[in-house]
Amino acid sequence: MATRSEVLGAPLVRSGWLEWARSRPGVLFAGSIVALVVVLILGVGLGSVAVAPAETVAILAQRVFGLDLGGSWSTAAETIVVDLRLPRVLSAMIVGLGLAVAGTTFQGILRNPLADPYVLGTASGAALGAAIGVLVPIRIVLLEFGLVQLLAFVGAVLAVAVVYRFSRTGTLAPLTSLLLTGYAVGSLLAAGLAMTMYLSGTNLRQIFFYLLGGFEGSSWLQLGLTTPIILAGTAAILLRTRVLNGFLLGEETAAHLGVDVRRERAILLSLASLITAAAVSIAGLIGFVGLVVPHVVRLVVGPNARVVLPLSALIGASLLAGADLVARLVGGIPVGIVTAVIGAPFFLVLLRQTRSGYEL
Amino acid sequence: MTRDPAAADTNPAIVELLGVDAAYRERTVLRGIEIALAPGERVAVIGPNGAGKSSLLRVLAGTLRPTAGRVRLVGDPIERLDRMAIARRLAVVPEVAALPFAARVEEVVGLGRLPHEDPFRGHRPADKAAIAAAIDRVGVGALLGRDARELSLGERQLVLLALAVAQSAPVLVLDEPTVHLDLRHQVETMELLVDLNERDGTTILAVLHDLGLAGHFFPRLILLDAGEVVADGHPDDVLADDRIRDVFGVDPAFVRRSSGSAVMTGVAGDGRAR
Repeated sequence: MATRSEVLGAPLVRSGWLEWARSRPGVLFAGSIVALVVVLILGVGLGSVAVAPAETVAILAQRVFGLDLGGSWSTAAETIVVDLRLPRVLSAMIVGLGLAVAGTTFQGILRNPLADPYVLGTASGAALGAAIGVLVPIRIVLLEFGLVQLLAFVGAVLAVAVVYRFSRTGTLAPLTSLLLTGYAVGSLLAAGLAMTMYLSGTNLRQIFFYLLGGFEGSSWLQLGLTTPIILAGTAAILLRTRVLNGFLLGEETAAHLGVDVRRERAILLSLASLITAAAVSIAGLIGFVGLVVPHVVRLVVGPNARVVLPLSALIGASLLAGADLVARLVGGIPVGIVTAVIGAPFFLVLLRQTRSGYEL
Repeated sequence: MTRDPAAADTNPAIVELLGVDAAYRERTVLRGIEIALAPGERVAVIGPNGAGKSSLLRVLAGTLRPTAGRVRLVGDPIERLDRMAIARRLAVVPEVAALPFAARVEEVVGLGRLPHEDPFRGHRPADKAAIAAAIDRVGVGALLGRDARELSLGERQLVLLALAVAQSAPVLVLDEPTVHLDLRHQVETMELLVDLNERDGTTILAVLHDLGLAGHFFPRLILLDAGEVVADGHPDDVLADDRIRDVFGVDPAFVRRSSGSAVMTGVAGDGRAR
């Protein structure tokens, strides 16, 4: 980082690896893809029953890519890898990717560094939906995508829709209005959640587990249903990075630079909300990934969304899969605890290092 | 240089407002505005606070829809142009705004290429050249590499001016481009506008509070008061003593104009509430 003494006319060279990395986004992309592959192999190989890395790679190669790398393994190892760990690791990756992309988008559109994927009520909507899903006596299992997941998804989408709708009345500036409405609706839904939990009796533990978030119940079918939503949403946002950059200097300037502000704001907020809803429906409420990852990435590469978005996606995926691995190895603690324990101190250090701080 | 009405007739207007009314909700801010700018003109809009100067710019930029009348931009009715098309024809120097994230000076200037850049591949060589040229022209090269949030208000204002220059639009619109600048930078900014106008043929419309700068650097002034054009023409005519007394409510002695240097005026200091 630069120092105060670096004044007008000083050479552009800045100390350290940050500057080196910043000028080479290609290296950063390659590095984060390598990290993703490493986390994938470790995540599938490690656990209560360890599968050797070579064996893991061979099983993955054969089952995922149809390549025969030779070697032999037990059917037990194959079951562990393919049916239990692989869907879990991939779920963590896709959720981490989605939360990081949604977080980047919400921060960019709302121009608020404290925004996270849950800022417009998705979290409380999903939580209430899931809690109701737990309490409803009928067990509808639609393609293994249980009622809890379904209602969580619906709850999240409905909450954002209500927030967006209400924010458009009144005379406040659109962004202020969105944030305040998000807060108000979120509070109301939280009250509903508290009431549901109060009435839940023996089901309280199940609701509580959903709120903590995690990937214990991951399955191929859940993954198959949410992955298309998250990936399609991410792709659609990636096509709009130019628009996202336009919002950097505010909505008025965005308009002057050629952005159809009202339309693009609605599209981007919808896409990010949809991604968030899909992520929380299978993973519950996992904090910090969507808030911290975009900031860390921006600190290294600057504000250009064309670089920040894909890099955040890759790092979010590695980070959450890595955190889930740690959570499993530590003895099955909720992954949200791991992300908070890693994320919070990291974020604090980051805030100290950023000299001018975050302006609100 | 005086405005030649004949030239305006042969040259179709690049910016044209015909009988434009505009309002925020019920409050009318512009009434019956008739303004035509020929390509390559350099015009300053002056007037007391609340006269409708900024609203006029917003109508031109297409962000405030007129309640009556017609607006044409480079030959086309503005309502037929989408935002990107407007942004390629008309650049607005942004207001100094808080940045939510750290951004380097060159990254902020680069935003000016948004209407031209490839939506998927980002800046191409032509964009990079335009950014470098704008940085050079506005003279913010010394600020490169710095976080735009650490700059003084005046420095930020110059960076935002460079952004608008990088936008390379035939019409450049400025709202109070000199409020945060010291005397030297005020004059340099004015000289830059003259240069952009005379060398590149950029049509310039600037809202100015400083009548001294306006009269010295602009061959044509438009005086707005209470949402209406009350005078339009050569500075000597527009800045007549009785008009200054009527519209601004100050003694014309405060608004001295001199040919050799820009003279600060009594009205310049009060600025706008920001």
